[in-house]
Amino acid sequence: MSDTKNDTPDNAVGDPEVQDDNIVSDTVKEAGAIVKDHLSDDHDHRDAHDEFGHTPVDEHDSHPGAHHTSLGLSNTKLAMWLFLGSECLLFGGLISTYMLYRNRHSEGVGPDQLWDIPFTSASSFVLLMSSLTMVLAVSAANRRDDRNTKLWLVVTATLGGLFVAGQVYEFTTFYREGLGYTESLFASSFYTLTGFHGVHVSVGIIMLMATMGMVAKNKISGDKAETVEMVGLYWHFVDVIWIIIFTLVYLIPA
Amino acid sequence: MAIIERPASDTLTYSDMDAAVTATSSYGYLRRPVETTGWRSWAFTVDHKKIGIMYGVAAMVFFVIGGLEAGLIRLQLAGPEGTVLSADKYNQMFTMHATTMVFLFVMPMAAAFANYFIPLQIGARDVAFPRLNALSFWVFIFGGVFLNTSWFLGGGADGGWFMYAPNSDTPFSPSNGVDFWGLGLQIVGIASLVGAINLITTVLNMRAPGMSLMKMPIFTWMAFVTQMLLLFAIPVITVALFLLMFQRSYDATFFSVEAGADPLLWQHLFWIFGHPEVYIIVLPSFGIISEVLPVFSKKPLFGYPFVVFSGAAIGFVGWGVWAHHMFASGLGPISVAVFSVSTMAIAVPTGVKIINWTLTMWGGKLWFTTAMLFAVGLIVNFTIGGLSGVTHAVAPSDTQQTDTYYIVAHFHYVIFGGGVLGLFAGFYYWWPKIFGKCLNERLGKWNFWLMMIGMNMTFGPMHIIGLQGQPRRMYQWTEARAGEGFFNLGFWNLVATIGTFILGVGILVFLYNAIFQHRKEPAAPIDPWDARSLEWLTTSPPKPHNFDRTPTVHALDEVFHRKYEDVGEGDQHEYVLRTSLEDLVLEEERHADAHIHLPAPSYWPIVLAFALPIMAYGVIYTAWLIALGAAIAIAAMFGWALEPADAEPSDFDPPATGGESSSKELANV
Amino acid sequence: MDVDAPTTPEVDVKHVDPDAPGDRTADEQVDMTGLDEAAAKNRHHDGTDGVHGDHDHVSDNRYIVIAAILAVITAAEVVASYVDLGPVFIPLLLFMMAVKFFVVVSYFMHLKFDNNIFKRLFYTGLFLAVFVYVAALLTFQFFES
Repeated sequence: MSDTKNDTPDNAVGDPEVQDDNIVSDTVKEAGAIVKDHLSDDHDHRDAHDEFGHTPVDEHDSHPGAHHTSLGLSNTKLAMWLFLGSECLLFGGLISTYMLYRNRHSEGVGPDQLWDIPFTSASSFVLLMSSLTMVLAVSAANRRDDRNTKLWLVVTATLGGLFVAGQVYEFTTFYREGLGYTESLFASSFYTLTGFHGVHVSVGIIMLMATMGMVAKNKISGDKAETVEMVGLYWHFVDVIWIIIFTLVYLIPA
Repeated sequence: MAIIERPASDTLTYSDMDAAVTATSSYGYLRRPVETTGWRSWAFTVDHKKIGIMYGVAAMVFFVIGGLEAGLIRLQLAGPEGTVLSADKYNQMFTMHATTMVFLFVMPMAAAFANYFIPLQIGARDVAFPRLNALSFWVFIFGGVFLNTSWFLGGGADGGWFMYAPNSDTPFSPSNGVDFWGLGLQIVGIASLVGAINLITTVLNMRAPGMSLMKMPIFTWMAFVTQMLLLFAIPVITVALFLLMFQRSYDATFFSVEAGADPLLWQHLFWIFGHPEVYIIVLPSFGIISEVLPVFSKKPLFGYPFVVFSGAAIGFVGWGVWAHHMFASGLGPISVAVFSVSTMAIAVPTGVKIINWTLTMWGGKLWFTTAMLFAVGLIVNFTIGGLSGVTHAVAPSDTQQTDTYYIVAHFHYVIFGGGVLGLFAGFYYWWPKIFGKCLNERLGKWNFWLMMIGMNMTFGPMHIIGLQGQPRRMYQWTEARAGEGFFNLGFWNLVATIGTFILGVGILVFLYNAIFQHRKEPAAPIDPWDARSLEWLTTSPPKPHNFDRTPTVHALDEVFHRKYEDVGEGDQHEYVLRTSLEDLVLEEERHADAHIHLPAPSYWPIVLAFALPIMAYGVIYTAWLIALGAAIAIAAMFGWALEPADAEPSDFDPPATGGESSSKELANV
Repeated sequence: MDVDAPTTPEVDVKHVDPDAPGDRTADEQVDMTGLDEAAAKNRHHDGTDGVHGDHDHVSDNRYIVIAAILAVITAAEVVASYVDLGPVFIPLLLFMMAVKFFVVVSYFMHLKFDNNIFKRLFYTGLFLAVFVYVAALLTFQFFES
């Protein structure tokens, strides 16, 4: 992985954790020093940042930016984590809507009549195990083992497909038992929440299959291991959302 | 993995590193766009500067549209029993005015500045994901246009900009206006979200050597906080808009009160997004004037760390105050008390900023250019808006003011006084950087004073009208209830309407200045304001690659420290001019990097963006359009994923000789 | 040279001698090292991505063990929902949910071993989500009913 676009030299060889810990504390320290500088300031015309301003930075430092410039991280991964952080608020809103409305079904069918815990447990287990196969795919990709990467990607996609199939089955059953989408507040919010999750899983399956195809044909325009890792992050995120839904929606009685 | 993109690596090493990918085989059907002139060079560009300019132009067009809507509203209210608009049209007018101004003018205009100046201020060649940047822009454009097509397809949305459900449900708003509104904002929200991810990554990861976070120019800092707010606020309104869409288009029951729905659900979701949104609107402007004030006071920004951390604090506390928009909704005393206190608390970091700006000017050699005037105007007017805001934090007082013109006065002082004036300061300050020519200062003064007088005449009287009890969103008022003497509603309504037109003339002066007068102006000197931050360390307008060599940063106010030498002793500082900016830029040119690499243009962002309004029309009219849009989107994503972020040299015409082609060659080395 | 004019001719980069003494900028050196694919690969594993060297290769077996633990917790959750546990039921279930969540995020998503900035960004989102939505549900008197 080499994001060497001009100013993102990432050949930082130092311990990355130490380096990162410094970012926040350095910033605070620097801010503190600037403030101190101001406090001893008798003339407003003085430039407070001079002290830092003339700290020489060796331009020929063999690892520039190890402490000051880019974080030495992949842009893509940073963006993916930002996206996942943002997704927390999306699913948070949907889960909250469901939590608020789960008891509001007047005379209509409610969760108690519908839930089939053994079945949902099984499909949750399938999704959980797909996280394991995903991580094995990432691990294989890191070893540059294309064969196993492809294999585990396909297994992951299959498990994901199994999960979606289970959801479709569950939806049909519920519908037959009288839980139409427009039936009650409970119905609308339940289908919307789990439906959004199902769409996320389906998108993940498409991404897995596309990645598999691109690995097979060597068409990934970038770092292969990183691409697989990004799909993996997304996939695991979808899995942890289901961990929450499974407990809050299915296991905790309304 | 469609929307995942790597930053460009050096071309020279590219083929070695990723030997498996060859350009011609990987992006298949289409030759990459390579034009550097003509409309294609804009439509397919991934250059953050061009995208920034396009954002600015588009936002300005929407500003004019929103302004016309405002003019109609004020004409309707100028006299008793106004007949300019019907009640229905009036509802559409104020809804679309607010929506247009917030989502299609202020936010994209701030995005324009952020796009253009963040890479320049942190010493980068472009943003982290240039193609995603283009996608953001085109998604925004198509979303904005989609939203406004509702005028021709049965009328605009009519539920007020916060579109309270169930009031916005089909029984109460049967036209398609609300559908257009919801889907349009959904699309514009995608643009904001993608832009936020992109710019945050850029700020964190693309800084030039030596630029620690505490050496970042203050505008970059404030834009960064803004993007963090967007990142976390957009998904919340996305949820709300999805619920509304399912409610209206697919008969869900989220807001059906007869089924037991809670009307506060929408209010909570909207305002959890809506309050951070207020800071999304004003923080970029705060950043702009924090750049302008030091330059024209010839002093460093007073208490830079305080400005930074108060900005971050505003961003954080802004998440805990949303329910103060709902004090009149029966939240219960405990909730009201908690949100009252947190609302008062957020006034503190805001006050810190005002103090810092004032002390920046204190004792400085003030130079009242138009940019400076707008900056000072912001401080004054925003303070008025901030103070009336504190009166809303007091819940008993707020319940009196809720839904009156007092609220309208308050948020216009905040959004216009705090947001828009800052953007205008940015226009005058950065115009020579962007276009190489200054805006005319004489017209600028006219522009400023007309806008200043106009806005205070428009929004000032609304405090009085509001405290007298005139409700918002009422399409008529009657003489019989207008009151007597100084507090006569009729008189102040007329004043406000006249003020609106003075304000409008002020904006016309700006447009004339920017479009016509600008052409007659001489080329601006490279350093017209004796500027301080890194974006000035290049030619005006900047070259496609921004900097001839990646600057190494040693100080906050890097350019100032390169120009001036400290000859003071010990703790005393005295700065004398060492070199001019001309010489510094020439020096950079002499040491230009040998291998400058820029990302190549792409068709896919605009194609992918185009798919979204098609799907949105499908939701409103017929389902097969959704499928069509989705098919286009998927094709675009695959085209995108298979296209390397970097073009192969063979994709470009061989360099011709002469000046014209050298930039092309440079852009695509 | 008139640098004021916006039409300043571009620097002809081809004429800049990259080997001129003192001209080599830091990032060129980066590019040089970038040429070496093996080195790049090495960097990737040794820290470029912020993966801590010691933990980079959590072995596949360890992943399987973690998955087994997750499966056991899931089984415990399901069992708990069939047994009457009284007042501890909901807290216990929430606790197990949280454990599963953080195990997947920390190990499968590598957040534990990755650069702290990822942790901060993701947990900021998670914290905000929990904070605003719990606060909103509180105003509905959700937890009393």
